[in-house]
Amino acid sequence: MNTYIIKRLTAMVVTLWLIVTLTFFLMHSLPGSPFNQERTTSEAVQKNLEAFYHLDEPLLVQYGSYLKSLLTLDFGPSIKNSSQDVNDMLGRGFPISFELGLWTLLVAITSGIILGVVASLRHNGIIDYLAMTIAVVGISVPNFVMATLLIQQLAVKWPIFPVATWSSSMHMVLPILALATGPMAIIARLTRTSMLEVLTQDYIRTAKAKGLSPFKIVVKHALRNALLPVVTVLGTLAASILTGTFVIEKIFAIPGMGKYFVDSISNRDYPVIMGTTVFYSTILIVMLFLVDLMYGILDPRIKLHKKEGK
Amino acid sequence: MKKVLEVKDLYVSFTTYGGEVKAVRGVSFALNKGETLAIVGESGCGKSVTSQSIMGLIPTPPGKITGGEILFKGRDLTKLKEPELRKIRGADISMIFQDPMTALNPTMTVDEQIIEGIIQHEKLSRLEAKQKTIDILHLVGIPGPESRLKQYPHQFSGGMRQRIVIAMALVCEPEVLIADEPTTALDVTIQAQILELFKAIQEKTGVSIILITHDLGVVAQVADRIAVMYAGKIVEAGNRRDIFYKPQHPYTKGLLNSVPRLDREEAELISIAGSPPDLFSPPIGCPFAARCDYAMEVCDRVYPFKTIMNREHHVDCWLQDERAKRLLAVK
Ligand SMILES: Nc1ncnc2c1ncn2[C@@H]1O[C@H](COP(=O)(O)OP(=O)(O)OP(=O)(O)O)[C@@H](O)[C@H]1O
Ligand SMILES: [Mg+2]
Repeated sequence: MNTYIIKRLTAMVVTLWLIVTLTFFLMHSLPGSPFNQERTTSEAVQKNLEAFYHLDEPLLVQYGSYLKSLLTLDFGPSIKNSSQDVNDMLGRGFPISFELGLWTLLVAITSGIILGVVASLRHNGIIDYLAMTIAVVGISVPNFVMATLLIQQLAVKWPIFPVATWSSSMHMVLPILALATGPMAIIARLTRTSMLEVLTQDYIRTAKAKGLSPFKIVVKHALRNALLPVVTVLGTLAASILTGTFVIEKIFAIPGMGKYFVDSISNRDYPVIMGTTVFYSTILIVMLFLVDLMYGILDPRIKLHKKEGK
Repeated sequence: MKKVLEVKDLYVSFTTYGGEVKAVRGVSFALNKGETLAIVGESGCGKSVTSQSIMGLIPTPPGKITGGEILFKGRDLTKLKEPELRKIRGADISMIFQDPMTALNPTMTVDEQIIEGIIQHEKLSRLEAKQKTIDILHLVGIPGPESRLKQYPHQFSGGMRQRIVIAMALVCEPEVLIADEPTTALDVTIQAQILELFKAIQEKTGVSIILITHDLGVVAQVADRIAVMYAGKIVEAGNRRDIFYKPQHPYTKGLLNSVPRLDREEAELISIAGSPPDLFSPPIGCPFAARCDYAMEVCDRVYPFKTIMNREHHVDCWLQDERAKRLLAVK
């Protein structure tokens, strides 16, 4: 187990390093710089600014010093808002984005699984068709459209929920719903297909032959096996939720990380671009790792380390 | 001899897009205490459907018991509601399925899969149930079961898994054990071991066994009585000696000719030509007539009456009818 984890951790660090490197050079190859928008600054000022942020040094040197500061977990100052450190921005934005993302994931997973299981147990019944219609809608409607629809119906037409900012749990409902429908629909469909397959397996028949109740059969025997394929997509779903938060945060004016990320790109605010990218990538890589660990726990046939064997 | 289970004139159909599949068409047999009854026949003749009907396990829909009775301990199982049936399944009547590789839940430890069955039917603590599990695993010949309780099915070989499946079926001391092709998926030496195990367990516990197979070699080793099924009907039944040495139905003879035997001169194996009739619209006469070398006109028109050869041996074939014998003599 330990060797497996060490191997994975090494791979994760390498992946992260690759992402940092690629982003760094891609970012610098983009036309434009942090200082040449709207305002026309004199050449001398421009020079001074570049010197201040070390942008006049050769790219490789800049890259080297960035890596060095990364090792101390220092993302540097923002160029656009010189009063702020990237670390501060992340520290303020991340808890909010994290809350939004986590709730979305929880809502999507629980409702998706319940919907999928119910649909599979009522296979080809009205509930099944209803659930799958919801799922198809959920998959095909993009979250920003969903957000607009929700706002229009549940905030404007029927003023039940507030629309903007992140100040109470009531404020959280609409953004979470908007963000969760897509992943929920995917999970529901996967769960249903997977349950339908598992329910025809021989070991389900064995469980019936033991005299177990349908509830026990579904919960103890079917669900765990049916969830294996669902677990595999959780990593990608988390990624899509993550990117979804950018848009949703923008629409609902939620002061999360997404706002900084989107703004930083149009501003060519190099340290913020790098900082948010590294941060998001780390979260994603860790998520994928956790999903793999979870898979190993759920399915005993998958051995995470070689020694176990027979 | 005491009857523990009696199936009377059982009919089972499946409703499909193509129409109604009449999978079992008037099957009757009785199972005596402590004996092994083998049900043999080609693929698709309704062996599994018959056995699953006894357990109330045919998928409904599309399946449905459309007639007959299944008598067990004075009750007709076809009339019982699902919760009543659940009390019988695994406790009074158990079932073993063909493929030990897929019959066990791959994500659950072996002990849990056995213990949950015990706890379902008996008022035992987990500790007592665990002890019972160890005992039954000993009985079915798993070496050192204490150390293997927490293992998963994939950590056992095919033969060992089938032993676990058997342990699972026997742990609540059922009166009837239905084994649907329990050795088909295993290689020959393991097959022999499993059959030995059946015999040993039967001697110890007195369980009555219905053994379903299409392997007459298996039947010859363990069966006391044999029922030969064809197209949803039992066409001949009798004790082992009668079926092997005095088969009456051309189909039974055909089956016997298609297995290698040491006690016969002719080494040639002849398989029965043709295939069984489709069960959407089974023939009104004898379903085997189209493949039968001895078929007469009557065979196509009227299903043969039952001819009783002796107390246990009976056959559905016009050739055994008095009138047919006269006819054959004339020819
Ligand atoms: N769920 C089902 N839906 C429709 N038809 C079915 C179903 N289950 C069984 N049948 C039909 O019932 C008939 C008997 O099937 P059964 O499984 O009892 O055969 P069998 O004698 O056990 O054969 P095998 O040796 O291949 O196991 C077959 O013709 C099959 O097509
Ligand atoms: Mg079968």
